[in-house]
Amino acid sequence: MTTAVERLTPYDEAIERFDPVLGLEVHVELNTVTKMFCGCSTTFGAEPNTQVCPVCLGLPGALPALNAVAVESAIRIGLALNCSIATWCRFARKNYFYPDMPKNFQTSQYDEPIAFDGWTDVELDGETFRVQIERAHMEEDTGKSLHVGGATGRIHGADHSLVDYNRAGIPLIEIVTKPIEGAGARAPEVARAYVMHLRDVLSGLGVSDVRMEQGSLRCDVNLSLRDAPDAPLGTRTETKNVNSFRSVERAVRFEVQRQAAILADGGRIVQETRHWHEDTGVTTSGRSKEQAEDYRYFPEPDLVPIAPDREWVDQLRSALPEPPEVRRRRLQDAWDFTDLEMRDVVGSGALEIIEQTVAAGSSPAAARKWWLSELSRRANESNVSLTELGVTPEQVAQVQRLVESGRINDKLAREVFDGVIAGEGTPDDVVAARGLEVVSDEGALAEAVDRAIAANPGVADKIRAGKVAAAGALIGVVMKDMRGQADASAVRELILAKLS
Amino acid sequence: MSDLTRMSAGELASALADGTTTSVEVTQAHLDRIGAVDGAVHAFLHVDAAGALAQAAAADARRASHDGPVPPLLGVPIAVKDVVVTKGLPTTSGSRILEGWIPPYDATVAARLRSAGLPILGKTNMDEFAMGSSTEHSAYGPTHNPWDLTRIPGGSGGGSSASVTAFEAPLAIGTDTGGSIRQPAAVTGTVGVKPTYGGVSRYGLIALASSLDQAGPVTRNVLDAALLHDVIAGHDPMDSTSIEKEWPSMADAARAADVSGLRVGVVRELGGEGYQAGVRARFDEAVTLLTDAGAEVVEVSCPHFEYALAAYYLILPSEASSNLAKFDGMRYGLRVLPDGVGDPSAEQVMEATREAGFGDEVKRRIILGAYALSSGYYDAYYGQAQKVRTLIARDFAKAFEQVDVLVSPTAPTTAFPIGEKLDDPLAMYLNDIATIPANLAGVPGMSLPSGVADEDGLPTGIQILAPALHDDRMYTVGAVLEAMLVSRWGGQLLDRAPELEAVS
Amino acid sequence: MSEPQATPAITRDEVAHLARLARIALTDAELDHLAPQLAVIIESVASVSSVAADDIEPTSHAVPLTNVFRSDEPSPCLPVDDALAAAPAVEQQRFSVPRILGEEA
Repeated sequence: MTTAVERLTPYDEAIERFDPVLGLEVHVELNTVTKMFCGCSTTFGAEPNTQVCPVCLGLPGALPALNAVAVESAIRIGLALNCSIATWCRFARKNYFYPDMPKNFQTSQYDEPIAFDGWTDVELDGETFRVQIERAHMEEDTGKSLHVGGATGRIHGADHSLVDYNRAGIPLIEIVTKPIEGAGARAPEVARAYVMHLRDVLSGLGVSDVRMEQGSLRCDVNLSLRDAPDAPLGTRTETKNVNSFRSVERAVRFEVQRQAAILADGGRIVQETRHWHEDTGVTTSGRSKEQAEDYRYFPEPDLVPIAPDREWVDQLRSALPEPPEVRRRRLQDAWDFTDLEMRDVVGSGALEIIEQTVAAGSSPAAARKWWLSELSRRANESNVSLTELGVTPEQVAQVQRLVESGRINDKLAREVFDGVIAGEGTPDDVVAARGLEVVSDEGALAEAVDRAIAANPGVADKIRAGKVAAAGALIGVVMKDMRGQADASAVRELILAKLS
Repeated sequence: MSDLTRMSAGELASALADGTTTSVEVTQAHLDRIGAVDGAVHAFLHVDAAGALAQAAAADARRASHDGPVPPLLGVPIAVKDVVVTKGLPTTSGSRILEGWIPPYDATVAARLRSAGLPILGKTNMDEFAMGSSTEHSAYGPTHNPWDLTRIPGGSGGGSSASVTAFEAPLAIGTDTGGSIRQPAAVTGTVGVKPTYGGVSRYGLIALASSLDQAGPVTRNVLDAALLHDVIAGHDPMDSTSIEKEWPSMADAARAADVSGLRVGVVRELGGEGYQAGVRARFDEAVTLLTDAGAEVVEVSCPHFEYALAAYYLILPSEASSNLAKFDGMRYGLRVLPDGVGDPSAEQVMEATREAGFGDEVKRRIILGAYALSSGYYDAYYGQAQKVRTLIARDFAKAFEQVDVLVSPTAPTTAFPIGEKLDDPLAMYLNDIATIPANLAGVPGMSLPSGVADEDGLPTGIQILAPALHDDRMYTVGAVLEAMLVSRWGGQLLDRAPELEAVS
Repeated sequence: MSEPQATPAITRDEVAHLARLARIALTDAELDHLAPQLAVIIESVASVSSVAADDIEPTSHAVPLTNVFRSDEPSPCLPVDDALAAAPAVEQQRFSVPRILGEEA
């Protein structure tokens, strides 16, 4: 990268001086079985160019045929975001040349989106931000380029590129907000919370895998600064390639600081596309919008207009799932979690899995404990999501039942999870195979307690004198002696009984 | 036996059905004829002798093994315009940019021909990407009109029209965006039909203007066109603009042969000034024949047809500029590296490829289209042209309230000499003045021979237009008129064409 | 063909700009040749703007159809060899294209 290091104003200073206005464009890859305009599979990660046909390769003569489920998903997304659904709308062609776009035009909706004028409520630390939705429209994804010969694998400096069109034609919904005003210093967090909220909405609808790391949820961040909340909007930049929740927050923060430094110097913000760099945490200038392509939009003549039947739309509306914020409130009440606990659950993306674990018989508190501590740690270590860890909600509930019945303790439970993850079977199988059951043999336990008392006469005296709290020290000795395979509460009872 | 290449498709079908000949014989006869005369005519860009004979043998076997009815044209060979994508057969659309491209799939039209058992003789010449009215814009050299080898065979489908005129094929497929089936038919003395838009699948036709393109039959008589129409028409889910409808048999319509009481409208705006005297004379005579046959002829006015050519030359280039963007040297076809540029970018290679791969007319229209779609011009040009299209459709609707079919000369002139209009785009565009309104409104149109012009002895054509979805009406009217004309001529018009000398 | 007017409907520079937009590397000679031809064509087609059509709905499809959908069921893809067969260059089972002028600077 050749760009000079940008001067940045410290964030607090920038916010004191300027009012940020956000705009977010989120691209969602739908999880339809087939592509937007052809019957090719959309499976992620297939061998290159194995999921292509004349249509999505843009071969001469091929014509698009619109996927009904993509349209239905688009309408459901629109409805979930409280949008109006178009009574009549069309696709258009967006004409520009790029090697990853087989037809050298993108079939996209332009001035006739299928959903428009909506809103959604985003919660941030108990506060609610209402985000106005400009539109949600359908379009197709492009192919993917691999840049060869450059030092970094980046497009810049590469000597040629290799294109895989498997992704070309996968249905996308682009969700565009109206300018988000009034977030003030919290703009970066609001941006992040909005994208996470969208993730929850889309996941609840079941229309997308919503995996930012796989690119099924992608975010462009628009940001401008103005002198005061009542001043006219400033010139905005559009930062692309912001592909994690954390990056959304960081990119907003960076642009606030960068733009503030320019404006404070009396400079002018260039309306341009910028690129987010995950590794360095900065944005760099892309092409300037002032010399932007003329996309020469016109209605796609190979497709016919879409006029969603009102009864169909009403039916889809009535079948919408509970909105995420309503669901969260309901579950928080049912589970009796504090706001802080609930925020952690939502923030870790564990709401769904905890709900399933509770449904499998676990107490809400235990489910939260396991998923947010022990299992989150393991997921982080192996860089997978909770659902990919290899432990099911049913198994967590089963482990919890083993703990509550006293057959294992928390320490042994961790070993049980090790075994389950290693593929050794159900928690019961692991307990049996690894011999993890707590020793309930009264005789063995009593001998261990006797040994502990004998070895620690001073502590024993204190307990005899009524200092019950000192029992902890003896419990530790016994547990160590038993290699952890003892029920700590049973040991405690035994010690107190012997020394009373 | 009589010369198989002189027989109509209908006659060949009968001969095949009663076992007088075989598809292999018929196909071989046409391949021989191609071998003999195509050096002079240049109707074909690619001849697939081996493939055609294999399909012919398969057709013969299918007929032999079948007890019940077989497809009516089983075993009758056909020539296919090079704009139709054919699996395993070179497909160039007359352009250098697609030289050597072997498609991995079949157009729906090609697939229907194959499943109906019509051996494909080869691919016919055309103006590059179907842009033109003379076939001179082919990157592979012009096709010559068999009536006079120094003249154009019409365009863009001059290869298809010339192939049936020269008896190289009994049937051919054409495509018609503004007249590319009908105008070549008129100037070669043959029959060409543009079906209702949506009647024949566009899947696998290399798109020129998506909202105007339509494939159709190119033949030597009306019944043959009807038989071929029945093979290729019908709903196709691969083409979203394809009409879902049970179509009546066009062959039955052609055999109906009764026009008494039929109301025929002569379009005032498609005639008179600008139309060659011989074209007008033959047209007037044909209209008189229709009156003789019991039709009621009136004059109708379609005032907005005046703007059809202008609207067409905004809509077509706009859609074409976008449709042809895919030819960029990245995935298939020609790739040209720019001269004197070390390490060129993809963008530079695209520019060099398109510069080298496209001819002048294609470049003109792409640039015109980019202009018409540019922000700032869109409303004045493309948007306005689409509104004019509505007005033209309304003119048609109004006319069809008064009459059942409309008639006009197909083309304003007979075949002009090769080279005459090559670098005068506007003069070239005027060839389609009478055929374009049908494409803009999506209605079906047919051209059939009306005779030869007194002044030059070259064929003239009459156009019959019907309301959308009523293609069958054209076949009835066309068949009646054809029968009367043939009896007046005392034989087929093509019998008057000069005999082509075989060249080696 | 009529002579282009003093102020042509489209200038040589505009033609050059459109050619770049359409990715055609026109030579100077071609620009000299095409620009006046295009000017004549544009003057001729500009007659559409004289038609009173303010309240007229545009037609984009000759036969009006709506809601033509395909069910979300897979159909066979091309064998990868067929998909790549016509490619000017192939590497790692991908279409090899010259370096792409970066959006990243």
